[in-house]
Amino acid sequence: MNSSVIIFPGSNCDRDMAVALKKFGFKNKMVWHNDAELPKSDLVVLPGGFSYGDYLRCGSMASKSKIIHSVIKFAKSGGLLLGICNGFQILTETELLPGVLLKNKYSKFICKNVFVKINNSENKYFKNIKKNILELHIAHNEGNFFCSNDQMKEINDNNQIAVHYCSQNGEIEDSFNPNGAIKNIAGLFNKEKNILGMMPHPERMIDNYLSGEDGSIFFQNLINNLK
Amino acid sequence: MEVNENIALEHGLNKPEYKKICELLKRTPNITELGIFSAMWNEHCSYKSSRLHLKNLPTKGKKVIQGPGENAGVIDIGDDDAIVFKIESHNHPSFIEPYQGAATGVGGIMRDVFTMGARPIANLNSIHFGSPQHKKTKNLLRGVVQGIGGYGNCIGVPTIGGQTSFDESYNGNILVNAMTLGLVKKNKIFYSKAAGINKPVIYVGSKTGRDGIHGASMASAVFDEKIEEKKPTVQVGDPFTEKLLLEACLELMEGDSIISIQDMGAAGLTSSSIEMASKGKLGIELNLNKVPCRESNMTPYEIMLSESQERMLIVLENGKEKDAKKIFDKWNLDFSIIGKTTNSKKIELFYDDKKVAEIPVDTLVENSPMYDRKWKKAKLPKKNKFSKENFKNLKIGNVLTKLLSNPNICNKEWIWEQYDHTVMGDTIQKPGSDSGIVRVHGSDKAVAATVDSSAVYCFAHPLTGGKQVVCESWRNLISVGAEPIAITNCLNFGNPEKDTNMGEFVECVQGIGEASKYLNFPVVSGNVSFYNETKDKGIKPTPAIGGVGLLKNFKNMITMDFKKVDNIVLVIGKTEGSLDQSIFAREILNIKNGPPPEINLFNEKNNGETVLNLIKKKFIMSAHDISLGGIMVAIAKMCIKAKKGIKLKKTNQLINQFQYLFSEDQGRYIVEIEKDKFQEVKEILNKSSVHYDELGHILDKDIIIDDKTKLSIDDLVKSNYTWLKGYMDK
Repeated sequence: MNSSVIIFPGSNCDRDMAVALKKFGFKNKMVWHNDAELPKSDLVVLPGGFSYGDYLRCGSMASKSKIIHSVIKFAKSGGLLLGICNGFQILTETELLPGVLLKNKYSKFICKNVFVKINNSENKYFKNIKKNILELHIAHNEGNFFCSNDQMKEINDNNQIAVHYCSQNGEIEDSFNPNGAIKNIAGLFNKEKNILGMMPHPERMIDNYLSGEDGSIFFQNLINNLK
Repeated sequence: MEVNENIALEHGLNKPEYKKICELLKRTPNITELGIFSAMWNEHCSYKSSRLHLKNLPTKGKKVIQGPGENAGVIDIGDDDAIVFKIESHNHPSFIEPYQGAATGVGGIMRDVFTMGARPIANLNSIHFGSPQHKKTKNLLRGVVQGIGGYGNCIGVPTIGGQTSFDESYNGNILVNAMTLGLVKKNKIFYSKAAGINKPVIYVGSKTGRDGIHGASMASAVFDEKIEEKKPTVQVGDPFTEKLLLEACLELMEGDSIISIQDMGAAGLTSSSIEMASKGKLGIELNLNKVPCRESNMTPYEIMLSESQERMLIVLENGKEKDAKKIFDKWNLDFSIIGKTTNSKKIELFYDDKKVAEIPVDTLVENSPMYDRKWKKAKLPKKNKFSKENFKNLKIGNVLTKLLSNPNICNKEWIWEQYDHTVMGDTIQKPGSDSGIVRVHGSDKAVAATVDSSAVYCFAHPLTGGKQVVCESWRNLISVGAEPIAITNCLNFGNPEKDTNMGEFVECVQGIGEASKYLNFPVVSGNVSFYNETKDKGIKPTPAIGGVGLLKNFKNMITMDFKKVDNIVLVIGKTEGSLDQSIFAREILNIKNGPPPEINLFNEKNNGETVLNLIKKKFIMSAHDISLGGIMVAIAKMCIKAKKGIKLKKTNQLINQFQYLFSEDQGRYIVEIEKDKFQEVKEILNKSSVHYDELGHILDKDIIIDDKTKLSIDDLVKSNYTWLKGYMDK
């Protein structure tokens, strides 16, 4: 399976993502933001970081970068496009996903482990996944997902919520919401479910010595579904 | 503007210094030259009060590749890998403008590290604030933490550890010390020494603005009521540009075109160009019209003294300019050839085709002032006599609860959750541990790092305090299973022109030297920050020590959480019952005089090496050094982390349990071992002449101290975790 990780100036989880993809069997290529064409890919990843310094708005300048046209084309033709953290912010800025990611409710950067519950597993990302509550890691300042009522209706009608913040046992409640995201949304699909944006970083949870191993479950499952 | 003595005084120089400048130049300097002298001769850049004493620190060792004098120290960690590291203060700017002050402190130290060719792999910090009740403390803490996070998070370097303390002596002068570790191949280390004549001098990075002019001079003076006016001397950071600069520099460093490279830190273009010329025994000629400026009409004076961030100066091999420029163009950074090296041994500056300054380099460096300041030796205070009376009406449970929620002991999660501590995917021990640990990417090795300071001990007796901080750093590394290698120091003191402050400095440095020499734990880099004083009130002497150690196999690391019920818990090292200066004596008994706990370097070394040996032999399941709050706080923290309990054996030692459990004798560790290994462990400890006590065994939950005292883990967690969150989010 071929994957591509896009590097924007200011990306800083690009290497971590590449390490994770390779670990689970992807042949990965790094792609520079100023390139026009994507290499042949089964999966394209927009990694975390502070693309273009997060100036203007998080993800906003990246959504106008040179490579992004090819990325949009790739996704619109059904290619799997995964955006993590800043990547999720870029996906909302390009309007490939609805809504926006606002500043965290308590106006603080948060770096810690959280639990998320998978809401929709009828897709390439979560089909057959062996756990429906995953412990993942967040590290962001702007992860407070927000959208209009109309957008929310559409999101619900199309079953687009990918993962919710929850307790260890899967309760989706306010007290387990780290950033104030509406309906505890931690990750979102497009209607077709080939695009996934997530605030949590599965790539930081790929071995026992790091923050945990549930990221491994995510990547292993993803590549199994693609084979 | 005609320069005279008054203008020199306004620049922070004194009369004899100004006289010396005129003599060295054999004329009156012009304003640009005066600015350059003031920048190079201030305390921050010239170390004029400290040089004499720093010379005595042990700086060499088998694993030391580069000691003090470069941008950072370098140590060998085997397999052609080296670690570059240093700690630096940004105290004065952080008090004036906490967010930018702290952010640029982090930016500056990371630049020091990647200037040498190393990719930063971990950040740490040591931050000290005034009393929590002081009106400025909360905002300063919030600003500093956001600033540290704002910069480090954006660059994508994990912040893996640190230390936060509160003490009223920092009410008017907070301390912000930032430390960075970088990883480099031994044969790819870059230095600041220029070589060869007619080599192009290149400016890269951000444009030069009017920010931070006289920053280094500001940091070389005490504060007064007009401190707010100094805001323009604080630099403004742009971590995004630094990230680009980091990637661009490392890309250029893959080739062989760089002769010498130096970041523009304190005193900006002035100190960086002079440093390169001085080390290479060369001259340097700069055309200031070529310096990329952010604002129009900047004068030579402003260009030379600006402390705008994210800039580097490079001496390149001839003919490599084009290839180098391509790299900086790719990263959208300024690249300008601003001058060349010469054989004149002078710094010569041109602006609008006119020579605007000409100064022999040696007058700025070798001939800079060095003072043997008066200093007063501190007396060792008398010990207090404690008796059963002192502990009357105290309950261990209440004392422990109070200590666990004390600002200086409580859990600091509120702070470090704002730092990205997991980016780069190699953090295997996070903040809140004895040391932070990152793996050496793609290998079995890992590097442990810790920052420590004990201002209370240093204030009570500087010589002992200085030794203690080094020992604590050594212990924190051993507790995670790392072999201690070397240290960096950040020496935060008051006004060196006062003999008591100078005495504190001299004796702390002496203590640091003695301990690091004995432990073979050399000082490879560091920084001095004097004049941490406001309206005649100085800070407690606060040398912060950053220690670095190596784990040959990260899988053998030790964490502090208790592992298994029924395992035996030992105290390694002898508990003599030193209560003076302990947090128990100060906070519970309200006794604040007396000497700090004694340091016995033989025991320190012997105990530490024995614990490390036990770890290597895989006897130890968990470990934690005993520091603030003694045995009781140490085991409480181990219980809290594991959500497990402990049953203590009855102790008949000392006056009573209070003295045994809360004294702060040095050189001690708590370790957990399996029951069936106890015999073997005992034999090793006896053979090594290491004293140990059997403290008790691990329980599923609850800490049972005696028949009458049973504490629930949940209550202790609550006491430990709530103070800071409550204070900050109130």
